[in-house]
Amino acid sequence: MNLFKKNYFSLDGNEDKRKSDRRKRRNEPSIPDGMWIKCNTCKSIIYKKEVTEYKLCPNCGAHFRMSPEERIKITCDEGSFIEFDSNIRPKNPMKYPGYDEVIEKAQEKSGISEAVVTGHGNIDGYEVVLAIMDSHFMMGSMGSVVGEKVTRAVEYATQYRLPLIIFTTSGGARMQEGIISLLQMAKVSSALARHDEAGLLYITVLTDPTTGGVTASFAMLGDIILSEPKALIGFAGQRVIQGTIHQKLPEGFQRAEFQLEHGFIDRIVPRESLRDELAVILKLHSS
Amino acid sequence: MNETMRKVAIARKIERPNTIEFIKAIFDDFLEFHGDRLYADDGAVVGGIARFEDIPVTVVGIQKGHDLDENVKCNFGQPEPEGYRKALRLMKQAEKFKRPVITFINTAGAYPGIEAEERGQGEAIARNLKEMSNLKTPIISIFTGEGGSGGALALAVADTVWMLENGMFSVLSPEGFASILWRDPSRVEEAAALMKMTAKDLMRDHVIDKIFSEPKEGIENNLKFTTEQIKNALRETLPKLRSLSIDGLLGRRYNRFRQYGEFIED
Repeated sequence: MNLFKKNYFSLDGNEDKRKSDRRKRRNEPSIPDGMWIKCNTCKSIIYKKEVTEYKLCPNCGAHFRMSPEERIKITCDEGSFIEFDSNIRPKNPMKYPGYDEVIEKAQEKSGISEAVVTGHGNIDGYEVVLAIMDSHFMMGSMGSVVGEKVTRAVEYATQYRLPLIIFTTSGGARMQEGIISLLQMAKVSSALARHDEAGLLYITVLTDPTTGGVTASFAMLGDIILSEPKALIGFAGQRVIQGTIHQKLPEGFQRAEFQLEHGFIDRIVPRESLRDELAVILKLHSS
Repeated sequence: MNETMRKVAIARKIERPNTIEFIKAIFDDFLEFHGDRLYADDGAVVGGIARFEDIPVTVVGIQKGHDLDENVKCNFGQPEPEGYRKALRLMKQAEKFKRPVITFINTAGAYPGIEAEERGQGEAIARNLKEMSNLKTPIISIFTGEGGSGGALALAVADTVWMLENGMFSVLSPEGFASILWRDPSRVEEAAALMKMTAKDLMRDHVIDKIFSEPKEGIENNLKFTTEQIKNALRETLPKLRSLSIDGLLGRRYNRFRQYGEFIED
């Protein structure tokens, strides 16, 4: 819940530096105007056309962050995805000063109306309900809209007895919406309890980064929990932990491999194999 | 100091009665039970069985201390995953024996530490939210002091949620809010006022259903003043919740949390 720092930057006029700092923190390739990008993991300069639709570093294999549109393209059968509830937009429940402008900027930057896209699609012919979060929209933070869209998707899956797959990426609860954002954790978890009780399959795919209130609710509730390699996954923010214990955090702390070692995820799946693995799981759960 | 920060200071007072003291003042025959059966016994969460008049109940809450020694034992009321798992174990036990659950919440938040992460703080909270939403026995939650974020919510997925006059519940502390959103810790008063985290604010936003007043001389000097009100509320509410069918009870609980959210749909 403490990753919102990433959405805030001082108004010092140094736009380029701010942009590159933000990218660095997000493990995103910085894309200068041109054909070259830089991988922030291995620092190598990559010819842009070498980056495929999987958005991997051709040099070190780092998984760059994806938009829901890109995710759907590599996950669903072509043309099968039908979006739900694209008409739900955020309000300003706490009357947080400047919230409308923050939202507007995030919409402009991400090209979507909120931090999650939900819908219905097919994976290798198997019908599923999907929710795909987007870290490019206010760090994937969960406010009323994210909570409502995910809850409706879960309820739809329960009603039509469909498996559910959620791709998570989030800094946690959206603090600008106050307590209402925190309560979304209970709302989504309650809907998931009903989906579970109905004997239906729920898969979470944790992607970089999944933290705070999303980790402490629907991310950790999958029947099967998959993760992309090296994704940051945790509850408390690293700066908060460091501020509490005053010592250096161990290498690889809160990464997917750490979570696998400690027993909190089922499998780490490289992005190029993800669709095939999801298809196998769906096949083995279809009757 | 503004009104909200004054209340925050009262909620955090080291003299403020803790969960064990509330339990002893409200219930009889309290027996404390320990451990999550998985790893350890977290002193930050206390619980067990007790009797409210003629009704056996399960009580669970987050425990703070009144001095350093006590606070070391209960980790200043910041649970580790074991604490949440102990709470869940006791709540599942309550479900089996058809006992209502009463939870007491007073925490700055779940403990942010390396070991807490290694043992799945996020998983522990998530599981409590899901299991509580579907626990087949009545649950009443009472915020007695601080109510910090997911670590407080993990004991508050209840049929009815109550709060003391100087209790609070927020997505994070006002200090955290000011320093994270504004990068300016000095704006804490402004953050506190904006966050609508007091009992009165939360009542208006339908996050809580009841407020218990506190004595003028301070609750630490007259606990009975407030616990008598809590007893009256339990006397009135417990039979009502117990008379509902399980489906009726769970449907009500689902709808309670389902309604939260403010958005525009066009």
